Amino acid sequence: MGSAGSVVLVTGVSRDLGRKFARSVAADPAVDRVIGVDVVPPRGDLGDVSFVRADIRNPVIAKVIAKEDVDTVVHMSVISTPGSAGGRNSMKELNVIGTMQLLAACQKAPGLRNLVVKSTTTMYGASSRDPAMFTEDMEPRRAPRSGYAKDVAEIEGYVRGFARRRSDVRVATIRAANVIGPYVSSPITSYFRLPVIPTVLGFDARLQFLHEQDLLEVLRQAVTRDVAGTFNVAGDGILMLSQAVRRLQRPTVPMPGILVGNLGSVLRSARLADFSPEQLAFLTYGRGVDTTRMREVLGFEPSYSTAEAFADFASTLTPTGGRADRALAGVERQLTTSPAVLSGGDHG
Amino acid sequence: MGDAEIIPIGTRGRPGRGTGKQPSSAARGLAGGSKPAKPRAATRKARPAPEPAAVEEPVETVEVPEVPEVVEAAERPPVTTVDRGPLAGIPAADWLSAFQHAALEVFGDQWEPQLARFLAFLRRRVTGDYAVDEYGFDQEITERFFMAALRPIAERWFRIEVRGIENIPTEGGALVVSNHSGTVPVDGLMTMVSVHDQTGRFLRPLGADLVFRLPVVSALARKSGATLACTEDAERMLSGGELVGVWPEGFKGIGKPYSERYKLQRFGRGGFVSAALRTGVPIVPLSVVGAEEIYPLVGNVPSLARLLGVPYIPITPLFPLLGPLGLVPLPSKWLLEFGEPIRTDEYDRGAADDPMLVFNVTDQVRETIQQTLYSLLMKRESVFR
Repeated sequence: MGSAGSVVLVTGVSRDLGRKFARSVAADPAVDRVIGVDVVPPRGDLGDVSFVRADIRNPVIAKVIAKEDVDTVVHMSVISTPGSAGGRNSMKELNVIGTMQLLAACQKAPGLRNLVVKSTTTMYGASSRDPAMFTEDMEPRRAPRSGYAKDVAEIEGYVRGFARRRSDVRVATIRAANVIGPYVSSPITSYFRLPVIPTVLGFDARLQFLHEQDLLEVLRQAVTRDVAGTFNVAGDGILMLSQAVRRLQRPTVPMPGILVGNLGSVLRSARLADFSPEQLAFLTYGRGVDTTRMREVLGFEPSYSTAEAFADFASTLTPTGGRADRALAGVERQLTTSPAVLSGGDHG
Repeated sequence: MGDAEIIPIGTRGRPGRGTGKQPSSAARGLAGGSKPAKPRAATRKARPAPEPAAVEEPVETVEVPEVPEVVEAAERPPVTTVDRGPLAGIPAADWLSAFQHAALEVFGDQWEPQLARFLAFLRRRVTGDYAVDEYGFDQEITERFFMAALRPIAERWFRIEVRGIENIPTEGGALVVSNHSGTVPVDGLMTMVSVHDQTGRFLRPLGADLVFRLPVVSALARKSGATLACTEDAERMLSGGELVGVWPEGFKGIGKPYSERYKLQRFGRGGFVSAALRTGVPIVPLSVVGAEEIYPLVGNVPSLARLLGVPYIPITPLFPLLGPLGLVPLPSKWLLEFGEPIRTDEYDRGAADDPMLVFNVTDQVRETIQQTLYSLLMKRESVFR
């Protein structure tokens, strides 16, 4: 809604993406005022955003919405890792109960016009029976039973219920693919930051990434444009896991899936990486989402393709492998500079 | 080691049985002019012998590749050789020429640019600098590796003969529907190679759930262009203008006993027809003759199959009797015939939701394939020719 005097409430501003989004939407001329809400104060600079310390799991949030005359709510307080929330229980409470409370408050706010929810493609799950590309109308092949994927599925269920009850509110759900970028800290980025990357033997997952700037941009467009519905958002193209790791020039250790799971729990207790079961399924089977609706209805075009987003992320990492490439480059150099004096030992 | 153990080896070119004793008179007679010499023994040592006096004759260190015919051993002067490392003494020029010959052998006359291209290819693979499509299809590795590996099998082993290739449209989506046989889905691979070699198009197979559940197989399947046989993927590929291959008999087809060869099984639920109807692409029936005989399925171990979660455990006349050797397919002669395309764009919208029509078209495709199979079998001289 581009009307002047638009007041946007953003939840989950204590975390990096929420804070960045609040700042970027505050810079939008169509937006008058941005209120950031979270239980803990943000670590970085909030700029023009006014911060209100409130817990969305608490009815106080209704008072904030009413008092500040909020007409747009952007729900970004869905966390994917139990680590930052201090355990799976509090993660679930924050995600599911927080959303319920927020939506209950929204339902009672007569001035509310728009609701934008940041969801994720994790809700499609990952299995061997998946179609190659999920469209927004498809359901996961197997209903998620635990973890983040289940939280997201429940959250989307509540959002759909809200949309039915308040048909005057425009509801846009953004299902973002794995967000990646030089400063993003998420299960998938901490996985790729491991010096030696464990992979599942015999499987090669298809991956899609969304650059963090594209996520901020698509959420901003969802706030300012008059579009409703659910949208898959991902960068163009696909990277295979093996290909991504080769581009990072990091060595891999292929091992059976069960072992990767065990290693994952060790890594989790060492706080090196987070390997939830759904993450393991994702790294085994991968997932692709169809972004036709994003282009045609939402009118959004990501500025980074999957490969470009990954390259931007990879530029901040130092390669720990890449010996094969260096050896081949050496052979190639020798061949091109002096083809007549081929030295011994070449085995191209 | 002053007194080395003396081991007599061979007869040193003289008649006799190598016992070190005087040859028998018969042997002496056979040997012609050679005089009987007093018994000698060869010592075989890695190092030069320390004391020639310790043994009563010249010591030879025997170097296997350079051993000449030791006929006149008695006249030879004492020889010592110096032990060398396995690589140290080979001059660089030899390496170079060996390498050049190898390169010439592998890449032909234009080996230098070829080798450079090959290296560039290797580097692209190692650094991940290649593209895959949304189904995970890796065109480069499929063309340069999978196809290249399968082509000799198709051309030399099965001597595949393709008929009616003009029935495959040169562009746009089309659905190739084929019979399925042969215990192991080799027919799918061979069809992929044949279609690519004859038309330059890639046949994108639709694979069963099991394919994508198995490690290694699933990764290879995705890389070579396969995707899961589900309505969503089939319609997506067809509307994307791909040439899609489907084997509607599934495991009922490849896992049927040899006695039921060339009898088409039920064609699933006709999902492939409704996908073609929805996307309006032609259906090209394909009949494959020859695949039934590669692994004649004579038995099955249902209990083990259930335990492993696979549709069947095949027993063929050679497997598991001969172990891994039993995995070599029998070299039957293959015939592939692509039939007239069945147009689906003439039906009106909503035809895909008319079950009667879908069943009719399914039957039409099935009948076409079955009749072509019979006529091909008549034309074939024998299984192996």
